[in-house]
Amino acid sequence: MDLFANLALGFGVALTPANLVYCFLGALLGTLIGVLPGIGPVATIAMLLPVTFTLPPVSALIMLAGIYYGAQYGGSTTAILVNIPGESSSVVTALDGYKMARQGRAGPALGIAAIGSFFAGCVATVVIALFAPPLAEVALKFGPTEYFSLMVLGLIAAVVLAHGSLIKAIAMVLLGLLLGLVGTDVNSGVARYTFGLPELSDGIGFVTVAMGMFGIAEIVTNLEHRGARDVFVAKITSILPTVDDLKRSAGAILRGTALGSALGILPGGGALLASFAAYTLEKKVGDGSQFGKGEIRGVAAPESANNAGAQTSFIPLLTLGIPSNPVMALMIGAMMIQGIAPGPQVMTERPQLFWGMIASMWVGNLMLVILNLPLIGMWVKLLAVPYRLLFPCILLFCGVGVYSVNNASFDIYLMCVFAVFGYVCVKLECEPAPLILGFILGPMMEENLRRAMLLSRGDPSVFFTKPISAVLLGMALLLLLIVLSPAVKKKREEAFQEA
Amino acid sequence: MRIKAPKDFWAGLMFIVFGVGFMIGATNYAMGSAVRMGPAYFPSVLGGLLALLGLAIMIKSFVTSGEKVPAMVLRPLILILIALVLFGLLLKPLGLVVATAVLIFVGALGGHEFRAREVLILYLALVVFSVLVFVRGLGLPIPVCPAPADDFCRKIGVGV
Repeated sequence: MDLFANLALGFGVALTPANLVYCFLGALLGTLIGVLPGIGPVATIAMLLPVTFTLPPVSALIMLAGIYYGAQYGGSTTAILVNIPGESSSVVTALDGYKMARQGRAGPALGIAAIGSFFAGCVATVVIALFAPPLAEVALKFGPTEYFSLMVLGLIAAVVLAHGSLIKAIAMVLLGLLLGLVGTDVNSGVARYTFGLPELSDGIGFVTVAMGMFGIAEIVTNLEHRGARDVFVAKITSILPTVDDLKRSAGAILRGTALGSALGILPGGGALLASFAAYTLEKKVGDGSQFGKGEIRGVAAPESANNAGAQTSFIPLLTLGIPSNPVMALMIGAMMIQGIAPGPQVMTERPQLFWGMIASMWVGNLMLVILNLPLIGMWVKLLAVPYRLLFPCILLFCGVGVYSVNNASFDIYLMCVFAVFGYVCVKLECEPAPLILGFILGPMMEENLRRAMLLSRGDPSVFFTKPISAVLLGMALLLLLIVLSPAVKKKREEAFQEA
Repeated sequence: MRIKAPKDFWAGLMFIVFGVGFMIGATNYAMGSAVRMGPAYFPSVLGGLLALLGLAIMIKSFVTSGEKVPAMVLRPLILILIALVLFGLLLKPLGLVVATAVLIFVGALGGHEFRAREVLILYLALVVFSVLVFVRGLGLPIPVCPAPADDFCRKIGVGV
């Protein structure tokens, strides 16, 4: 069967000593930074991207993927131990996980999170291997018209599922698209919005935007409040859950995995939505009375779901070249820097890269379990690192990182501009994530729109008369209408309120 | 008319400014036609949409009430920006050792408490780390010492 041949090829790539090392380094660095307070996965990946420029493409992507799910894992560790979700997708984990830690059951909570994540990771790897090839095949038939509509759907879906004001998020997407257009226009050779600066003729680097808006702006926001962290570090005696715990959570892990895998595939889905949905579902299934009071199912379900979702969200990335969240947008950027055009052709043209990355996800998940169970004591110690020591390090890594992309100090200044902008956005409650998605997709969208209109001789109705394109746009419209309907709007606000 | 949702009001204004700005900028480029879009086409459309959304957000801010804009805390922001800009200015002429010192010390002033000894130790650790990892390990072409001393640095084996 093809699947096994492909996976064998993938494991052949992922299990080479060098790639194992990069996978390990990625998972380790990711967990390390995920555990450290006040720095999220987007900033982490942006910061470490320049490190991967010198690596071969497969190793670079393997390492970046490792950082991503490592950060995910580290985020849940802090959610359980100190009630500070390292990132938004572990917000719900904190609800019951922290309660468990308070009751002296931090070990089992961490253990079940690891077991659930690993199980979900295994399933998600198979899901990707099964679903990616047929999807890529469909996508290969897409023309510019369909691609444009797909991007519209992807952006709308990402916005709908994000929290905060919908209209502001759409505005941020538009602004991102516009910023993505800065630089030389490929068709006419005209330098757009460069203010005569030669440094801008290649466009604004996405590392610059991501580091400014996520990295530096985050630091400034964190420095605002003198946060006393309630570090609750109990002695963790045993990380292994009891047999009863396992029995209790088995169903939750299965349901979480299934839900997470399905939601991850949706454009705009991914870990955040998956964990929220899984927690809500778990509360409804069976006995929900213990939720919020240290219910182990309340840890098992969202942890399985967010890991499954984090992984299956690679499907739209690898098959369609469409990012479903800011982390995936950074992965696209990384691929482009490595000279790989993201899209369905990646799988056929670079099977080693495609299958190697998929196989490495499974390897990485295994490593995380092996790595984290014994190292948990060290992670706990890291939690005590005061922020005043941490933020100068982040500053330096951002500075060196952004400089090294083009060896230009100009990028540091530009990063400062985006830091100020990011800070203003925080104050005005405008989410930066949709902006990054738009930013990455801007040039691709324009190019596809141009081609589509050229083919249709300037007739815009083609987007609605071509069946696939019409369906995609119809879905986008439907999503908008659903979210805008008063009943759903209220529910959506409630759902995010819970966080 | 009273602004009921200041956050939305200012956000709306920001989007209008950006939208209109991009549209004005686009007037410098050729518009083309729907069949052959010029470089001005797509940004003009997007800019227009953005300005419209901004307007909608702004109008809404007069109707539904919302939160105030929280106060800006300028000290950390300004110090961190100064630190980064100085780092950018000094990196090429004076090298990593000097530029990092400025970045760490000025940046640390932006925090809540500044403990000179602690920052000094942090700086020393970071400089050693960056030279070993960034310059030696990853081979990034970043000067380590000021230009005249760089030869010497290379001789003792810390520069590239």
